[in-house]
Amino acid sequence: MLVNLRRSLVMAVICLVFFGFVYAFVGTGVGQVFFKNQANGSLTANGSTLIGQNWSSPKWFHGRPDDTGPYAANPKENISGGDNPLVANGASGESGATNLGPRSKVLLADTMELVKYWHKLGVDPTPDLVTTSGSGYDPDITPQDAIVQIPMVTKATGVAPSKLRALIKSQTHGAQFGFLGSSYVDVLQLNEALARLS
Amino acid sequence: MGFFLTIVTLVIALGLTWRYLGSYMAAVFENRVHFLGFVERPIYRLLRTSPEQEQTWKRYAGAMMVFTFVSLVFTYVILRLQGSLPMNPQHLGAVGPALSFNTASSFITNTNWQNYGGETTMSYFSQIGSLTVQQFVSPAVGIAAAIVLVRGFSRRKSPTIGNFWVDMTRCLFYILLPIAFIAGIIFVAQGAVQTLAGTVNISDPINGVTQTIARGPIGFMEVIKQLGTNGGGFLNANSATPFENPTGLTNWLSMYLILSIPVALTYTFGKMVGSIKHGFALLAVVIILFGSWVAFTSYAEHQNNPAVAAAGITSTVGNTEGKESRFGDTSTALFGVTSTSTSTGSADAAYDSFTPIGGMGLLTGMMMGEVTPGGTGTGLYTLLIYAIIAVFIGGLMIGRTPEYLGKKIQAREIKLAGLGALVMPIAVLILTAIAVSVAVGRAGPLNAGPHGFSEILYALTSQGNNNGSAFGGLTGNTPFYNIIGGIDMLIGRFGVMIPALALGGSLAAKDVVPESLGTFRTNNGMFVGLTIGVILIIGGLTFFPAISLGPIVEQLSHARFF
Repeated sequence: MLVNLRRSLVMAVICLVFFGFVYAFVGTGVGQVFFKNQANGSLTANGSTLIGQNWSSPKWFHGRPDDTGPYAANPKENISGGDNPLVANGASGESGATNLGPRSKVLLADTMELVKYWHKLGVDPTPDLVTTSGSGYDPDITPQDAIVQIPMVTKATGVAPSKLRALIKSQTHGAQFGFLGSSYVDVLQLNEALARLS
Repeated sequence: MGFFLTIVTLVIALGLTWRYLGSYMAAVFENRVHFLGFVERPIYRLLRTSPEQEQTWKRYAGAMMVFTFVSLVFTYVILRLQGSLPMNPQHLGAVGPALSFNTASSFITNTNWQNYGGETTMSYFSQIGSLTVQQFVSPAVGIAAAIVLVRGFSRRKSPTIGNFWVDMTRCLFYILLPIAFIAGIIFVAQGAVQTLAGTVNISDPINGVTQTIARGPIGFMEVIKQLGTNGGGFLNANSATPFENPTGLTNWLSMYLILSIPVALTYTFGKMVGSIKHGFALLAVVIILFGSWVAFTSYAEHQNNPAVAAAGITSTVGNTEGKESRFGDTSTALFGVTSTSTSTGSADAAYDSFTPIGGMGLLTGMMMGEVTPGGTGTGLYTLLIYAIIAVFIGGLMIGRTPEYLGKKIQAREIKLAGLGALVMPIAVLILTAIAVSVAVGRAGPLNAGPHGFSEILYALTSQGNNNGSAFGGLTGNTPFYNIIGGIDMLIGRFGVMIPALALGGSLAAKDVVPESLGTFRTNNGMFVGLTIGVILIIGGLTFFPAISLGPIVEQLSHARFF
């Protein structure tokens, strides 16, 4: 018993040092030296390409209606991952989904609200645009989600639909290696490209 | 097409891993590789032990329990002292006692159930020193226990079954650390964050918003989370967040890492007992069940969400609620099945928002005892427990004393196997019954109707099987759920592991009976079928009434919302 206790304490300290700190520090060192941009959060001048933002003006393509979407608690100062107040379940400042079940009345009501929201903007929404994501700040939409928003952006900015269509095409990331995951458009990158265009 | 290729590449990669990692692990545990001797030897000196000092199963189990208890205390104390420890750029305070107990139980048992949101609760010191450490240690304990049971079959008339400290050290340094480190580099290269610099403030001049973005040493924790079938992520939304799981490649790699050790251990088993065919028979059980679960779960997730359909939106991209655009519906379902058929519990989507049948696929993956292929080590020993029961039933049918790999399966072995198979369902069902009977339990679910019941059932099934995934709507951070969850996890871990160790000890002591014409074959299709039958009957019949009250009712209530 005492032998086991002594060995356990020694082993626990060895593990704390090797598998906690040495592992994490060496990993951080490798990341910071070789992949500085990725290791720090893929930041651009306007935000992180991996964290969705709230795009409320019709002049820009919108992301999915996450915490940072039209229902964000405070669209001016949304913390990444505050929860959608209509369906709030987590604490503000955390990533997270609505966690509403497939036969939830709340989900049904929310989805109908979102459909109305898009119709007001002149957009015929796709499923992605009326459902929230798993992280709560999905930075991406599918190319189809962007294409249905073209009338809204054209009306607000005057950029011709054909130009926007070409822009979306140029910003579409295909499935990785042609088969992993879905093809998507990063909303921040798309809007940065749109800003350069106009 | 993409989904098809995802599966094909995963099968090829895992096939190679089965063969080569499997035989490497056998070499590690048979003490045949020594290239890290310079690390090993000083550790053995510090521990005052050596590979020659073998232990009986009781001493082995004793060492394991004391070490686990010490790990529990270390983990708990770090969380309680968090406010006074360094590496806390967000100045987060101490974690409360009930939550610390639940979290410590959760990480030492390889469950990684999380009643907290990582980015708003845990300092970098806690994430690294408390949680990541246990993500290495707890799978190593599981693998060690599985190896004991394997040695039970491979040794003859042996009073001892190995040395716990040596098995742990070798597993950690030779298997887990190298794979995790290489995979970690790939994750960070793909975009997983790895920094100690704290949160970052963003203000976007284009749309006029500001954001505070949580960061941390995420990427390297992420890979050991998957490789060790742990599942507890750095951030609240786990692998759904782009900082943990940025691309299609990392999503694929996550599934590959989760499956690699549990799958390869069936080869290790075959190799160590001297019959690869026996290992392949177990792998066949895994492939058939896992394949069926992937098929119906991804089919279900490829259907539209009922609430979205009722709001008048048709979908060709399946159920998108709670899913990330970059992964898509079917790959997300594949991830879900991977995570819940092992003891991982990581999530690249909100499982709570899966369709009723999709959610049932996840729930029942756990209810079968997580043997398809199950957690690191835990999967193999639980699968062997089922195989022993299958042998016993086969033996009854042909009227002979059952044997498995030449070892007679007698009353003691059957009692231990029965105990190992029944502890989990009993704990899960009784605790679920308690939770739905008391007001504090019923206060937990977010969703109303049958889905609310599913949330409670899912939570206790997940903790009882040391999975750790959740129907996240349940508010679990209450004293009631923290404590019954903590108990559930400890029962689910040690209620199966100790019988498995005892089985290993009792089998190792036996001699091998020579095979004869009348011996029930345990490496053919008949045996595979019988084992699948036993798994489905124990998992299916025990839990069928509970499942019918949750996902099945939900699926059948057409046009009704709760």
